[in-house]
Amino acid sequence: MEVSPQEILHIAKLAKLKLKDEEIPEYIKNLQDILNFANVVNEAPIEGLDTAIGAIDNYNVFRKDEIKVFEDNEALLQNAPEQEDNMFKIPKVI
Amino acid sequence: MNITDLTVHELKEKLEKKEITISEITKAYVDRIVDKEKDVKAFVTTLTDTALAQAQEIEEKVKKGEVTSEYAGIPIGIKDNLCTKGVKTTCSSKMLENFIAPYDATVVEKINSNGMINLGKLNMDEFAMGASTEYSAFKKTCNPWNLNKVPGGSSGGSAAAVAAGLVPWALGSDTGGSIRQPSSFCGVVGLKPTYGLVSRYGLVAFASSLDQIGPITKDVKDSAMLLNIIAGHDEKDTTSINIEKKDYVKALKNDVKGLKIGVPKEYFGEGINSEVKEALERAIEEYKSMGAIVEECSVPIADYALATYYIIACAEASSNLGRFDGIRYGYRTPNFENLKDIFVNSRTEGFGAEVKRRIILGTYVLSSGYYDAYYKKAQQVRTLVKKEFDKAFEKYDILITPTSPTVAFDIGVRSNNPLEMYLADICTVSVNIAGLPGISIPCGVDKTGMPIGMQIIGKHFDEETILNAAYTYEQKIKFREKYKPEFK
Repeated sequence: MEVSPQEILHIAKLAKLKLKDEEIPEYIKNLQDILNFANVVNEAPIEGLDTAIGAIDNYNVFRKDEIKVFEDNEALLQNAPEQEDNMFKIPKVI
Repeated sequence: MNITDLTVHELKEKLEKKEITISEITKAYVDRIVDKEKDVKAFVTTLTDTALAQAQEIEEKVKKGEVTSEYAGIPIGIKDNLCTKGVKTTCSSKMLENFIAPYDATVVEKINSNGMINLGKLNMDEFAMGASTEYSAFKKTCNPWNLNKVPGGSSGGSAAAVAAGLVPWALGSDTGGSIRQPSSFCGVVGLKPTYGLVSRYGLVAFASSLDQIGPITKDVKDSAMLLNIIAGHDEKDTTSINIEKKDYVKALKNDVKGLKIGVPKEYFGEGINSEVKEALERAIEEYKSMGAIVEECSVPIADYALATYYIIACAEASSNLGRFDGIRYGYRTPNFENLKDIFVNSRTEGFGAEVKRRIILGTYVLSSGYYDAYYKKAQQVRTLVKKEFDKAFEKYDILITPTSPTVAFDIGVRSNNPLEMYLADICTVSVNIAGLPGISIPCGVDKTGMPIGMQIIGKHFDEETILNAAYTYEQKIKFREKYKPEFK
């Protein structure tokens, strides 16, 4: 399978990453190498097998919908690159 | 007596007999870190400044009866993707270089509530993506057995620190071999528990359906003890399983008579180094001589498992790492005019090349047009892998394979070839895909003196059997008495 520069740029856009022009050939090569290698999954005898989303079939674990307040606001906000009045700050969006 | 040469169970014995004190233990480790860390470079953050005061405090509390844990005052090192309140948790990434978690991971809470002393946060491949710890954004950790070689990865800092005696034991995390492979490279014992046995709450997620936290220790008894401390149900992790608490130390019987061992031939083929193969064959002979019933068997999934692993792990990573947006925590770019710039530029500048490669692969296999060809197929292969292991475990109690196809390789030789780096995981990934427990223990050294690891795989939640099998072999060959890292 050939990955085109347009395709890798589209994927990068979906992943919210920017690739420099000079990086594109290397990212294409790396992706193509691993995809060629990963194609072996097409040879596996998986006809009729279900998909598995995890290691152990343990779905739908419920608990009571109770509010637990995390009180240490300061500890949360100390990691914010920018904050104001106890809120995360971002540039104007509208 | 050199305190930093002792295992934790030996330290505990000496504490109980009052031959040493908690402060003396911590002091010995702090001195050792001051002496050897410059060679090994295992830590991202050392807590040597506060450790001594903490040791004295714990000592007082023990005297007053305020702390009663048998592990009070035992130091530990923690992989830097486990959240520690008030201490940086960086994942060895520029993205989290200054991140201070607002809470403790559940395993860290357990460490703290036992009165143990955190000596520091240990280096790793960025976001646990790698097999050599060379993808750390901060430093390359060296293998104490040969400083020109990698310690393995991604828990390379944890394994190197234990091997070098910088910590008596450590916590690591294992998504595709990240506890077992570095343990193999560094001649120590690394256990990946069954998926769900240990809470992942507070472990920075890489691939949530594969990640599991586990102990890296000097010997098997220490491994069982640290597992006793960290195992258990936690309602903060919905994938953690509520099963009866076990005492894993009691499982160490030093007897494998009648134990049925399968040796999957697929793990001894092409690509496995001949000295590794020979060491494993000798180990298998030892098991026979101790009364185990050993048979060659077939688990025909090795070819697909690695590809499946990289598809699933990267798909999950691309989703998990979506949270890093430069808003609430983590790196924020100085170059932006609008919100979208913040997202894109913070991620582009904050993540390293390997992390970006994996996000791109993961995004690709989940994207429209390729989902069915890769991700869905990989999920079906996952079912196949589980079925093949189930079949093998109908017949055998444990399976034995090499942990890694080679011993530790030279720093620099694989870091520019991602695919070759991925091959280092070929023996370990299928265990994560199936969610099984696996342990790596040293089973000899090659001609250059580098340790070789043996992997023992068990049934779901049957850590007892693999620990006992590992322990019995360890008691017989006494690896630690024969070989020591030389810091050359």
